[in-house]
Amino acid sequence: MSRVAALILPLALCGCAGFQNALGGDGGEGANFVRLFVLFTAVCTFMYLLVMAGLFAAVLRRRRNADELTVDTGKHHESAPLVTRALAAWAILIGIGLMALTVASFFTDRSNAAITRDPQLSVKVTGNQWWWDVQYSFADTSKSIRTANELHLPVGVRAEVTLESNDVIHSFWIPNLAGKQDLIPGRVTDIQLVPRKTGLYRGQCAEFCGVQHAHMALDVTVESKAEFLRWAAAQLQPAPAPRTPLELAGYRYITTRECSVCHNLSGTPASASVGPDLTHFASRRSIAAGTLPMNKGNLYGWVADPQSQKPGTKMPTIGLSPDELHAVVAYLQRLK
Amino acid sequence: MTSALEKAKAPPAKVPRDGPRLTGDKLHARLSATWERPRGFIGWLSSVDHKDIGRRYIVAALVFLALGGALAVAMRLQLSRPQNDLIGAARYNEIFTMHGTTMMFLFAVPVMQGMQIYLTPLMVGTRAVAFPRLTAFSLWTYIAGGCLLWIAFLLNVGPDIGWFAYPPLSGPQYGVGKRPDIWAQMVTFTEVAALAVAVSLTATILKQRAPGMTLARMPIFVWATLVTSLMVIFSMPSVALASSFLLSDRLVGTHFYNPAERGDALLWQHLFWFFGHPEVYIIFLPATGFVSEIVATFSRRSIIAYPIVVLSLVATGILAFGLWVHHMFATGLPRVGYSFFTAASMSVSIPTGLQIFAWIATMWTGRPRMQVPLLYVIAFIITFVIGGLTGVMIAAVPLDLQLHDTYFIVAHFHYVLIGGAVFPLLGAITYWFPKATGRMMSEALGKISFWMIFLGFQLAFFPMHISGLLGMPRRVYTYPAGMGLELPNLLSSIGGLVVALAVLLFVINMLASVRRGRLAPANPWDGTSLEWATTSPPPSYNFAHIPVVDSQSPLWDGKGELAVVHGLRVEERELLLTTVMSATPDVRDPSAHPSPWPVIAAAALTVMFVGSIFSPWAVLFGTVPLAIALTAWFWPKTKEPTLEPSIS
Repeated sequence: MSRVAALILPLALCGCAGFQNALGGDGGEGANFVRLFVLFTAVCTFMYLLVMAGLFAAVLRRRRNADELTVDTGKHHESAPLVTRALAAWAILIGIGLMALTVASFFTDRSNAAITRDPQLSVKVTGNQWWWDVQYSFADTSKSIRTANELHLPVGVRAEVTLESNDVIHSFWIPNLAGKQDLIPGRVTDIQLVPRKTGLYRGQCAEFCGVQHAHMALDVTVESKAEFLRWAAAQLQPAPAPRTPLELAGYRYITTRECSVCHNLSGTPASASVGPDLTHFASRRSIAAGTLPMNKGNLYGWVADPQSQKPGTKMPTIGLSPDELHAVVAYLQRLK
Repeated sequence: MTSALEKAKAPPAKVPRDGPRLTGDKLHARLSATWERPRGFIGWLSSVDHKDIGRRYIVAALVFLALGGALAVAMRLQLSRPQNDLIGAARYNEIFTMHGTTMMFLFAVPVMQGMQIYLTPLMVGTRAVAFPRLTAFSLWTYIAGGCLLWIAFLLNVGPDIGWFAYPPLSGPQYGVGKRPDIWAQMVTFTEVAALAVAVSLTATILKQRAPGMTLARMPIFVWATLVTSLMVIFSMPSVALASSFLLSDRLVGTHFYNPAERGDALLWQHLFWFFGHPEVYIIFLPATGFVSEIVATFSRRSIIAYPIVVLSLVATGILAFGLWVHHMFATGLPRVGYSFFTAASMSVSIPTGLQIFAWIATMWTGRPRMQVPLLYVIAFIITFVIGGLTGVMIAAVPLDLQLHDTYFIVAHFHYVLIGGAVFPLLGAITYWFPKATGRMMSEALGKISFWMIFLGFQLAFFPMHISGLLGMPRRVYTYPAGMGLELPNLLSSIGGLVVALAVLLFVINMLASVRRGRLAPANPWDGTSLEWATTSPPPSYNFAHIPVVDSQSPLWDGKGELAVVHGLRVEERELLLTTVMSATPDVRDPSAHPSPWPVIAAAALTVMFVGSIFSPWAVLFGTVPLAIALTAWFWPKTKEPTLEPSIS
């Protein structure tokens, strides 16, 4: 089916990266989308070609030259019977087409709703200007994982994502897996994800939410159940202890100075929840909700001056001395 | 009582009227003396002539189009490559907010209303709109609102919340400074203006049609005007309420949209889209009116299936009020309710499809002349149908949940609004330009700019469908490389520049033709509706004698000869009112004289509205100058009563 879509939309071929692609169809709802989209595109293309055929025939039809200057008047109420019949046929055709599409849409919607009975995994995602707070809760209530700007999902497992917002309206959208769902302050919404293929995907906020709306992405990893459990087990660990004097200096700075006002590192004195949880920060793929890829250079740039990397972010540019910067980055890199 | 009756029976006083004994140049001189606006700048400001008002509306709207278009070019430059840093995040957000707000509130609706104000009295065969001063007042209110927005933008306090300004982002906590207040108050200005125009046009159409112009003989454009005016009257109060709630949340601490105090953020979306969706049709239906007129004239035959086209207009106008939730499919409302809105949204394509059939069939059975206005109509059909069909796609909940708020939507609504409204508008400007200015626009320049606009548009907006499917959300100031978005965005940017140049060329054509265009006769295209019966440009009083109509295409059926009625006074501004359904002569009615008070009242209103951005007390104290202006505006003139027999 998706090959058909690619044929209809040849330009889609020019970007086959596909990790943030509505035509990816890598989740239950995403696959339904692709099927329905192909159906709609086919029907709409047919109708379009019909209209165009009529239009060009009407304009280019051969006519006797002598007619050119005469005016046809007064017969507007009594159209030729042929025209009346064509009009009726056209109305019926539109009606049937719409009916078919509406029914297809309803059934797809129902199938989307049915995909997700009995969720096996529950995740709570809270939107913030401009990052995602992600919490996993398990049957064992003593265990819970808190991370940010990343979502790990085991393949084939029905996950229910509960959505809330701490500030303005955001919209949760991982196009390969499913459609979008708004996060609205004062309301709790939810969306069900059933990933069908392992891989790395990307989600992005889809409702304008302020200055850095463009930099509010979510790294999604769909992995095997075993890998997911390994990841979860690692996430349940407290923040790794510093091993070198430099890391220790960074640890001290982060847990006692400005950083600890907003961030949490489990097992350390830093336990605020204003900003993203940093406990296993270095294990993520990107910095600051997809603003920069995770690497040492970008970490330096981000910690030294977040405001120039993501202007308007709530993280202030503190003005660390070079020694402090080296130490902070060293410890952040330790947070695997 | 008895004396009044006796007086009425007495022979009519000697008031000069138009008629067989008063005609030609002598009539022209006397009617001009009555209907011309006073000289000088004050006279210019005082004008209540619908042609002046309409022209000013159109010119102002085109200025805003140019400004909004410049912003579009800026956005396309920023998005021409990934991670571009030409324009920063905050500035970009202001720019797209200004672009959307300007195009929707300051260009699209006003330009359509400007065309309607200009054309409606001419097409129904009367001398003025029903409420000339109210119409003048609306013009100045609209211009004040537009200036407020743009001056704020230039002073760097322009709104940055998107053109639909969802709270809480626009609310007191997250909308910083006065930016959202300026946006909300600009909305109030334009709502007041639009409502005033709508009321005036509705009354004009219902009561001032030429004798014999029954509802079933009205030009389709007049039908479209009637339907959109009624839609304005029913939809605009909703957004005026919404923006007033927002302002009071921000200014006096009400909590309409604050969930923490049992308000509801979604209330805004319901109120806004209850207006916002009809607004799209308020822009689109006049365009279908343009298309119907142009198709008939250039195919040289009356439109096919006139009753179906009219019923389609009315049906679209009614259905438009049952669709608003399709803007909110992602908010998590109950799914059963969504199904209703899916079906309702899809059903809009039935009347629209029938109209398209009627236009194509009219061309099929007629003899189309390929001149610029008709070219725009053909471009309209080619382009708009794509937008309509993508509209069918996003009416389906499962598709919309993916496509909503992506560039696919950006593509969709530009196909609908540019393809569906701007193309017909450009055709209509070319079509009625000779009527308004007395000169033709250059056909050669017109064709060049037509092809540039048409092809540039497809290049700019078709790739946006692709970038949306590839996962590009709208309203992002930048996007990462490697997602496949580079090529579609580059193509869009190139196309955008072509469109900008083409629109510039169109405007140059207009400006050059005003001065040096070929002189136009009264009926240069051999059209059939009444506006072509008077000179180009029309005199201040529109028609020397009020025409009488006995068919839907009066100029064609009468072979250029029109029956007229006599008997309107020439020393006084007087109109002939007719009955609502059958347009039989009813009464003669005086029409308002030029007055500076509408513009003064608009200024007082501006002071009050702008002041209320800063203090709630402005609402209280601002009413004083406004009340003074309105009192002077409505001050009754003392005049000798003349008891004359009425026309029957």
